[in-house]
Formats: sequence, structure tokens, C-alpha cells
Amino acid sequence: MNDASTVALNPETVLTHMKQNGVTDVVWLPDSETNWLYLLMKAEPSLRLIGVTREGHACSIAAGLHAGGHRPLILIQNTGMMESGDSIRGWLLGMNVPVVLMVGYRGWTRHGVTTDTAATYTERFLMAFGINYYLVESDADAPRITVAFEEAQRTQRPVVVLVGDEYHGFNR
Amino acid sequence: MMHTAELLSAFAAHRGNAIVVPGRGGRHWVKLTTHETRDVPLGDPAMGGHAGFALGLALAQPGRRVVLFDSEGDILMSLGMLATIAEQAPANFYHFLLDNECYATTGGQPVPNATTVAYDVLARGAGYPRAFAFTELAEFSHALPAILAQPGPVFVALKVLPEVENTPIGRRSRWQTRTRDKVVQDLRIELGLGGAA
Repeated sequence: MNDASTVALNPETVLTHMKQNGVTDVVWLPDSETNWLYLLMKAEPSLRLIGVTREGHACSIAAGLHAGGHRPLILIQNTGMMESGDSIRGWLLGMNVPVVLMVGYRGWTRHGVTTDTAATYTERFLMAFGINYYLVESDADAPRITVAFEEAQRTQRPVVVLVGDEYHGFNR
Repeated sequence: MMHTAELLSAFAAHRGNAIVVPGRGGRHWVKLTTHETRDVPLGDPAMGGHAGFALGLALAQPGRRVVLFDSEGDILMSLGMLATIAEQAPANFYHFLLDNECYATTGGQPVPNATTVAYDVLARGAGYPRAFAFTELAEFSHALPAILAQPGPVFVALKVLPEVENTPIGRRSRWQTRTRDKVVQDLRIELGLGGAA
């Protein structure tokens, strides 16, 4: 099979899962390939976009949104996730926030040798923090996004979706 | 310079039904409050995050006033948060800053450029429509009702006396009367959200 729906993660698919899982706010910092998703989220009236200037800020904002009854999603890149270590510890794990973090997996490849250290340390970082994660590379994997939401709710802990294709929308 | 307990006491008279995130003023606020279940004294989950937490709360509860007592050490760690708050512009958000010019909980070392930084100017430059600064309790107390009568986001920088701690952390007495879980659970019940997510 070489159909676009199996080789790409379409931004429409990501948005559909956000809506199905009741996301109210997307706390995010753009990475290099999220623009198609940004345009879709911006046009979606049920979502509020909260832009941050450093990824760790997303953690405390998400904790406040959750305490106030909202259901945030954090949308960042793996580089920023690693920068956010103490905020993840204190504001998400320490406050038992059942939030899904969709994390762009910069440097991820199934082929050859991983040369980008952002990818080298991503899963090791998550293992060190004891945060469960699911890899999503194409629309065929997208049901894992809902699995992550359900797990976050059940465990009252953050759960990560590693996005191996970063919603590029190049197949539009 | 003001004493934090005194300025919080002045605020308490005007608190109304506001949700209060007391930040590093928590040790004093827990003795002053008359509405504990609307207080969110979290201690210090991770430095630099109080403003983000209070912003999230304000956005989730737009019909309720949220008052934050932040600190200059926290906001220096997260200056970009000022731009995020100003962009979201929650009309129910009141951002007070306790500026003691030092890292009091680690022994009182000065924050960078401690006596010179103008936090009200930073907030205004980030896009807060209203920002104020006070060094004296009488002036602050006089202005407070008018400040709270304006829509947010409002920023108020307050010069306070440092209360330096040199005791090893493990030997310090805890001022918190509830765990963080209980604080959030009480708030959610107070807001009619149920105790758990």
C-alpha cells in the first residue's frame, strides 16, 4: 500500500481526534512542520489556542486549565519537551494532570542511523520520567491518539503521543 | 518596601469571591484567608510556573476573578509568559508581583539586576493594558479598590521586604495546611466541577 492515508499523518486526522476527545484548549509552541495543523486549529471554533514562548510554560498553563475544569492538549516538539523537564515533573506529574502531550519527534527515522540527538534522547527522557508514550506515524496509527487520552484520564497522569510524521500535510 | 503579610491583609478586605493563587505569599495568606476552598496555595511545584497556572485557571473560569501573587524570581524565569497572558487577555485576571529583589528561600542572593528591573514596564511592554507599581503600603491600599474595579489583565508590582530563609530545607516548618491534591480537589468542588477530573 502506498496510499496517502497510510503513509502520512494528516492534520485533519489529528484535529478529529482532538475534537472526539473533548479538547478545549491547545497549549502549544510551533515547530517546523505544524503549520497545516495550526491553520486547521485556528479555524476550529471549539478550540482555544494558547501560544507559549517556552515549552515548560505549557505545563503550568495546562495544570491551571485542568484545575478549572477544561481539557487541554499540549502540542510541542521533543526538543522543547526535554527543555521542560522540571515543569513536567512539578506541574504535570506532581499535580496529577491527565493531559496528552503531542510531541513532534524531530529526528525520528526508521531507516539507517539516527543522527539527530533530539531523537536520540527523546524516548530515554520519557522512560526516565516514567511517562508512557505512543508512536504515531500515519493515519493508520491515529487511533493511538484516543488510546493516549483514555489512558491519561484513567491514570490521572500525562501521556505522550510521539508524532513521527509531524502533520506535514504535504500530500494535500 | 512593604511587608508581604501587611499587603495581603490589605488585599483580603477586597478579596470578595475571587480565587486566590497566593504563590510565595502562601505562608501568610493561609492565616489571613476567610475562604480557604477558593484558595490555591500550591507552594512551589516548579519555579516559574505560578503565572501559567493562574492564567489557565482564569481562562477555564472566565466568570470568576482570579488573583495571583507571583514573585519576581518566578517571573524572571518566565518572562515570555507575560506575552502569553497579554495575548489571551483574560478580563478576570489580576497579576500581583511580590518583588523582594532576591531569592529568599535560598538564602537571599539577589536576582539579576535586582534593584533596577521595572516589572510594571515589562508587563506593559508585553501588552498588559494596565500595570502599576507600588513601594509603600498606604499608597497601595488606597489604590487597590480602583485597581480591582478595572478589567484584567492587570499587573501590579509590589516592593516587599525579603524574608530570607537559611535553614536547610528539610528542617523548615511546613506552612501548608493541605496537600496539593486536596487544594485542587477542594477548588474543583467549590467550582462545582466535582473532586476528580
